[in-house]
Amino acid sequence: MSDNTDIDTVPAGAGGVGETDRTDRTDRTDRAGGAARAASDRRGLAGLRGRLAGANVLWIFLVLVGLMTFFSVIEPNFTNPVNLRSIAADNAPLLVLAVGMTYVIISAGIDLSVGSVLIFSGVVAAKTMLWLGGGADASVGAANAGWGVTLAGCAAGVLGGTAWGLLNGLLVAKARIPSLIATLGTLGMALGAAYLITDGTDVRGIPLNFTRTIGFGLALGVVPWLCVIAAVITVLLGLVLAFTKFGLRTYAIGSNAEAARRVGIPVDWHLIRVYALSGMLAGVAGCLSLAHYTTTTISGHTTDNLAAIAAVVLGGASLFGGSGAVAGTVIGLLIPAVLQKGFITIQVNPYWQYIAVGAVLVLAVYFDQLRRRARERG
Amino acid sequence: MVDAADSAGRADSAGPLLEARGLVKTYGHVQALDGAHFTVSEGEVVALVGDNGAGKSTLVKCLAGAETPDRGEIRFAGRAISLPGPTAARRLGIETVFQDLALAPDLDPAMNLFLGRELRRAGVLGRLGALDRRRMWAEAATAFRELGVELRSMRVPVATLSGGQRQSVAVARAVAWATKVVFMDEPTAALGVVQRGRVLDVIRRVRDRGVAVVLISHNMPEVLSVADRVEVLRLGRRVASFRAADTSLEELVGAMTGALRTEDAA
Repeated sequence: MSDNTDIDTVPAGAGGVGETDRTDRTDRTDRAGGAARAASDRRGLAGLRGRLAGANVLWIFLVLVGLMTFFSVIEPNFTNPVNLRSIAADNAPLLVLAVGMTYVIISAGIDLSVGSVLIFSGVVAAKTMLWLGGGADASVGAANAGWGVTLAGCAAGVLGGTAWGLLNGLLVAKARIPSLIATLGTLGMALGAAYLITDGTDVRGIPLNFTRTIGFGLALGVVPWLCVIAAVITVLLGLVLAFTKFGLRTYAIGSNAEAARRVGIPVDWHLIRVYALSGMLAGVAGCLSLAHYTTTTISGHTTDNLAAIAAVVLGGASLFGGSGAVAGTVIGLLIPAVLQKGFITIQVNPYWQYIAVGAVLVLAVYFDQLRRRARERG
Repeated sequence: MVDAADSAGRADSAGPLLEARGLVKTYGHVQALDGAHFTVSEGEVVALVGDNGAGKSTLVKCLAGAETPDRGEIRFAGRAISLPGPTAARRLGIETVFQDLALAPDLDPAMNLFLGRELRRAGVLGRLGALDRRRMWAEAATAFRELGVELRSMRVPVATLSGGQRQSVAVARAVAWATKVVFMDEPTAALGVVQRGRVLDVIRRVRDRGVAVVLISHNMPEVLSVADRVEVLRLGRRVASFRAADTSLEELVGAMTGALRTEDAA
């Protein structure tokens, strides 16, 4: 065999190619695409190298560890359980939103409506609880109502959120309205509906059993119930995204929707389900928020959608779709949270958080762009 | 078994496997197909040639279910059928390598191979939708090896592969699933000389398996070397059909440009 033959040119199973000969060639033309056997030996390493999205998550994780270390060195009190617990509990509803957003962004869409849907769901849940459990005394509301009332209210809230998500999905998949515009529309509509239902004043008097357990209670006396619920949802949906057909198809659609359509994947139906999931999670987050703040907080949450998007993007997902992971989103959510608490702890003005997070976000997207350009060239 | 079949007509094993009769397709003012005929039989390699805009890609899209013709008839194994979508075609064992490859760049070659036909784990987890990635990787590795496609890793995104490797993945996917017909729209366009030879080998091997192969190509020497028959399209109609062994480059070019008039032409 001639010496200048590239490894790529050796047909698989070609006769007369000695084993040593082949190995030798692989060494010499390492980058030209090696033999299958050598590839399988290096599979772990090559897979790691190839998974640049995974590497993104690793970087962002190191940033988080660095921040935690930095704050706890300056102020050892930073890592005490009470502090960590409050970081986790305050961000539980946002985490639930961000998990849904992860699916939407991986499918190459965006859901701006989640914050409004959260408010709407909270209002629907609270109103349902008052309607079912409200006594004669209007100042008490449904404060003394039982768990049945609480659960019915939560179910109504989650259903309300799912309905908005379904509408988003139909607008995006069937009416072919770009998700940015479709969900901007439902952002306004859901918020308007919440204001109409409440006349612009927060709903109070929700059952105490709800706020005392879900809102402030600790499971086994250690972990806030809010965090337990958010964690279960996150882990479950993280597994679904990483290991199931539904997850794989979400990546495929975000990567190349036309290719997915051509192999017979019901793309429209899949997208409707993804947006419905996001709406449903916004409904769950609405209930969690209702329990945590004991009221509907209709004037809050206006930037929750952006916080959720930032978390997903910081976590290594690409706004072009096709890449990202729930684990990344969790880290991407914790960075702003830690910065905020950290600045307060070390007595730096916490408003710096916004500037720091904004800068990190822009950098994260810049690196994603670099990565894509390099990939297209390669 | 096949929802695409209109179940009119009789099975005819001696006739062509897939046949287009008088297909018409217009896009706005553009008449892409103007009563085009086409036939391909089991175990036959047919090259579809013609100048740019002759209607080759449109014809293939109609026969692969990616487009619906305005008029005309498609017959499969002697029966008139309608192909409402690519899924209907695939259920008949018809696979297509599109010119744009239609791969998901963020997924690895194995997941692309199994996209839409994902393997699930056994048991409860499988029923919940859990994928059997290990088996997909293993089976994809076998499929690629059989085609002589050498990939450094089965677990890197397709986007990180070279153009030729990407094309090989698309070809491997179509060939792995096709049981009756494979359409290949310019399958060697992005390939170097050696990889091109390998794809041609694959085409012959698939043909020997009894599968019909329809090849669109601008490369006439390649067409003459691999095809059993050559059908020439011009302005949306079939203007000639040659046995590859009996024709020449000059004759093909003559038919493509209209210098030579034969069957079907008005």
